[in-house]
Amino acid sequence: MFAFLANPDRFMAFSRWAAPMFGVLAGGLMMVGLWLGFAAPEDYQQGDTVRMMFIHVPASWLALFVYLCLGVASFLSLVFRHALADAAAKAAAPLGAVFTALALITGSLWGKPMWGTWWVWDARLTSVLVLFLFYLGYIALRAAMDDETKGGRAAAILALVGLVNLPIVKFSVDWWNSLHQGASVFRAEGPAMTNDYLIPLLLMGLGYMAAFGSLWLVRIRAEVWRRKAMVLALKAAEA
Amino acid sequence: MPDLDTGKYALFIWPAFAVTALGFAWMIADTLARARRWKAQVERLSGKAGQ
Repeated sequence: MFAFLANPDRFMAFSRWAAPMFGVLAGGLMMVGLWLGFAAPEDYQQGDTVRMMFIHVPASWLALFVYLCLGVASFLSLVFRHALADAAAKAAAPLGAVFTALALITGSLWGKPMWGTWWVWDARLTSVLVLFLFYLGYIALRAAMDDETKGGRAAAILALVGLVNLPIVKFSVDWWNSLHQGASVFRAEGPAMTNDYLIPLLLMGLGYMAAFGSLWLVRIRAEVWRRKAMVLALKAAEA
Repeated sequence: MPDLDTGKYALFIWPAFAVTALGFAWMIADTLARARRWKAQVERLSGKAGQ
């Protein structure tokens, strides 16, 4: 798959139909997920605030998943010096930053009525904040250097360093005492919730994933066009 | 049927959904604007090169 899509012409042909397809899929999944989410009964402890789970948890999943994509693309870009991998890493970072910001903001809005506080410096919340700072650092580092190639490599190294934070985010609720609840979907004993909540949550998770897939592909296409425009502008200036 | 009455927690729930909608709106708008801008730029420069 990687080898197939590593060719820019094949990637452009693939993404031309895949991006809108993922977009339509995302819209459909999220509409059904929200419908079922608001049709689910109130939680006996959390009341109606449980509905925030359907936007907060998928945003948190995507915050981690997008960073993993950023890390893999950065690794491929550093090792194989592949321009498309570099474009993929660059395109993923702003999307990941938005998903992480959404996870932090919706989590804070959920925390206030449930925990009595907007924010607490515990391991889960702090490690997600660090994840957000890695995204911002990646974007800032790329933008700070005039030489795009050097900026891309420096940012790729930063992205690889940030991968260390992913297991910390995931297992922080197991390793340290935290106000944040433990894993309730991806755990060895199976999900800790009924299908009333699990089905809309999984639909929303898949919807967010499809939305990211669609937006990522379009952003990579835009980056390919930008680089092509740069080459054409240089040729025009030389002529 | 969906129940949109979120009772005493409405002040927390609806801002969370509004912020999420804004986040998605920004991602979609920025992504499409970039793609349109650079595609048009390539077409313009390719046209010039062909002349």
